[in-house]
This record gives sequence, C-alpha cells and structure tokens, in this order.
Amino acid sequence: MENQPPPFFKRGPAPLALLSFYVALSVALLVVDARLQALEVLRQALSLFTQPLQQLAHLPAHSIASAGDYFVSLTHLREENARLQQARMEKATTVLRTQQLEAENERLRKLLGVKERQHARGQVAQILYTARDPYTRRIVIDRGQQDQVVAGLPVIDDAGVVGQVTRVFPFVAEVTLITDKEQAVPVQIVRTGQRSVVFGLGNGQLELRFLPANADVQNGDELVTSGLDGIFLPGFPVARVVHVERDTSYSFARIFCMPLAGVENFSEVMVLEQRPPVALPAEIAQPGREAKALKSASVRKKRPRRE
Amino acid sequence: MQTSYRSSARILLPVRPWFIACSLAAALLLNLLPTAPWPGLPDWLALVLIFWSVREPRRVGMGLAFLCGIAMDVADAGLLGQHALAYVLAVYGGGSLSRRILWFPLAQQALHVLPLLLLVPLVQIAVRTVAGGEFPGIGYLLGPLLATVLWPVLTFVLLLPQHQSVDHDANRPL
Repeated sequence: MENQPPPFFKRGPAPLALLSFYVALSVALLVVDARLQALEVLRQALSLFTQPLQQLAHLPAHSIASAGDYFVSLTHLREENARLQQARMEKATTVLRTQQLEAENERLRKLLGVKERQHARGQVAQILYTARDPYTRRIVIDRGQQDQVVAGLPVIDDAGVVGQVTRVFPFVAEVTLITDKEQAVPVQIVRTGQRSVVFGLGNGQLELRFLPANADVQNGDELVTSGLDGIFLPGFPVARVVHVERDTSYSFARIFCMPLAGVENFSEVMVLEQRPPVALPAEIAQPGREAKALKSASVRKKRPRRE
Repeated sequence: MQTSYRSSARILLPVRPWFIACSLAAALLLNLLPTAPWPGLPDWLALVLIFWSVREPRRVGMGLAFLCGIAMDVADAGLLGQHALAYVLAVYGGGSLSRRILWFPLAQQALHVLPLLLLVPLVQIAVRTVAGGEFPGIGYLLGPLLATVLWPVLTFVLLLPQHQSVDHDANRPL
C-alpha cells in the first residue's frame, strides 16, 4: 500500500458549506419529528438496520443473565417455590370467589340492562431494554407489528399500569411509561370515586393535576384507571399518593404519586388487546373519532401557571 | 496520514478504511449495550468519531457523522436528528482543529478534545430543552470527562494496526 499525496484541487465542498448543509438537515429533521411526527416510516425503515445490531449488543447481557439463572442455588429455588405456593394458597380464596363474583356481576348487570364489563386479554412481552437517552422514559418490548401490536395499546404488569405503546416497529415496540412527561392517564381515586387525570413528571413520579386545594385526597390513596379514555379498561391500579401540598394561594393542590407498577425495572409486561370502541350516541358520534383518540393519547402538558 | 509530535520517533502506516469502519461499528455496538442505569459512561461513538476526524479529517467527515447520529437516534428512541446534529458539530470541530491538536503530546491532546466531547451532550441538552424537556442531571455530563481520560488509551489501541512495519521481520516484535 502506498501513500498517495493529497489531491491539490479536488477536495469537495468547503467544510463550512458542508457543516451548514448537515446542520440544516438535522434541524429540519428535528422540527419535522418533534412538531409534525411525520417520520415514523423513515424510523421504521432505519430500525431494520439498527435492530439486528441492538440484538447483537444485548446478547452478552442476556447470556450473562441466563447463565446466572442457571447457577441459582437449589435452596433458593426451593424457598421461592414454597413462597409462591403459599402466596397461591393465600390468594386462592379471593380468586375462587372472584370467578363466582364475576359471574354474579354479569348476571346482575344483565338483569339491570347494563353493558357487560369487558374482560382483559392480552399477550405477554419481554422488556428488551430501556432507552439510553435520559430524556425519554421509554422501554422497548419484544412484540411488534408481527404480533398485531398497534400504537395506543395499554401495557400493564403484575402490579399495575406501566404505560402505552407509542411506536411500533416490525419486531419490537416502544412503550412510553406513565412517568414520561407527555403521558397522561385518566384515573379515579378508589376511596372517594373522584375522577381526574394523572400526568408523568419525568423523574419517576406522577402528579395529579387540576384538583382543588380542598379536594379530599390523602397520602396513601390508591388511583385506578377510570376507563373514561376508551383505551384503558377501568380498575387497573396506577399509582399511590405520596405527598399532598396544599397552598391556599393557589387554586389547585399539588399531589404527587408514585407508580405502583415496577415501571423502571426489567421484567415481563402484558400488552392488552385493543378495547372495543364504546358506541357514542348518534348526535355526538363523528367518523374517525375513535381512531384519533387512540392515536394521540399522549396529552400535551398543561400545567397550571404559578404567578 | 497526519504529522504528529511523534512523527519523528515513529512513522505510521496509512490507515486502512475497513479498520475505521470496524472501529465505528464497534463503538456503535458499545453504545447500544444496555447501560441505561449508568449515566456516566462515555458516548463511545462520539469519541471514536472525534478521534478519526482528528486523525483522518479527509476520510471521516460530517456525512459519516450524520449517518452515525441518525442510527443512534433511531436506536435510542430520541428525537430524529438530535445525535446527528451533535456529531456533525463535533466532527467539524475535530476536523478543523486536527492540524493543531496533533502537534501536542497525548495528555494535552486530551485537553483539546474535552470541549468537543462536551459539545455532544450540550447540543443534545439544548435540543431537548427547546423541545420541552428538563435538565437530566449532572451525571449526563460525566461521560465526556471519562472519555477524555480514555483518549491516550484509545489513541494507542486505534493506532496499533498502523504501527506494524511493511516488511515482516520475524525477529522484531510489532
């Protein structure tokens, strides 16, 4: 191999011209992506290249984890088994009664002429990784378009609501956590039945907004989904109130909650099936309304202005 | 090949393009490792891109930086263009400073590179702040400091293939 002298004249465009071109291109991409959300197809196409690389990168971590699982001691497994058996026995009474109660509930609802409650169904997905970017509270799961996952589906784990599918790629999907700043979940306080909307704060906590300063909220109150959004089925645990700030100079109380689900842990989650759209009365039903509601479920942040 | 303060002591072989490609791919893989719980780790792809833009400014330019940035954006679920913008700016800085940086010893080279490495997270913070995010904490800025410390090590490792001599002599190491 020999060392060629650099060509004297052919050096392409000047660096500054190139710089301005690429900066303009990046800024255009940023604006289009942030404001118009019109680049999903480009993202999906690019993910076909990055996805295999990502799988390759996660191979060592996964193999270490599975090797660790393999060498878990027998006593540990025995203990866990005993614990699970006990938990199952403890839960058995409730579970057995639940079945009976659900049947009874169904019958009573039929008698009353109320629509039957929908059963939750879904598919189990494995969390692949958390996004490295500190600004995005998102996880990536191993179900995608191939498994009929669509954007907008709710995601739960064994303790409560985790988030909502926001982007779908061929083999994986991105789930925006309920702690993300742009995520909102309509909830109901179990103790009082009060309905509200809980917003992510971006630091692992949630905030219950737009409740008056004298609202009946206490520390330890549990929030469940209210189901008013037409996306989440009612009754899934979302968060627990940990701190209430009441300042009479503001009209709203500041209520902080912690999510109940293991939102930021690596584990398995369940992607629920799409909730059948509730039929609206004919005078307010508009074509395409459901699809729109499902697509843009992340509500823009509206914080009460503090003077 | 660029002149460097060491060029009197050791003449390097010209770099092989496939080695640049492999080092960039390896850096991308390192970036894709599931290291989200440790925010202080350096951005390997930015480090390697800046290294090659300083060493070989005519081979590694802003076009390559832009492509790497887009790949990182898709993989990271960030805004499309946030890494791309940061990498393009850093590589432009590296390319235009390369003739100056390479005359210094390694420790001082690392100090010259620190602002470029800091530029990458700072640009991303600026972009996300404009888009409505909040400052993610000072841990985000620790990565470039660690990357600066790694600069001499990286220089040694990435220049190893260029240290070999053309005529193979069985009696001489390297």
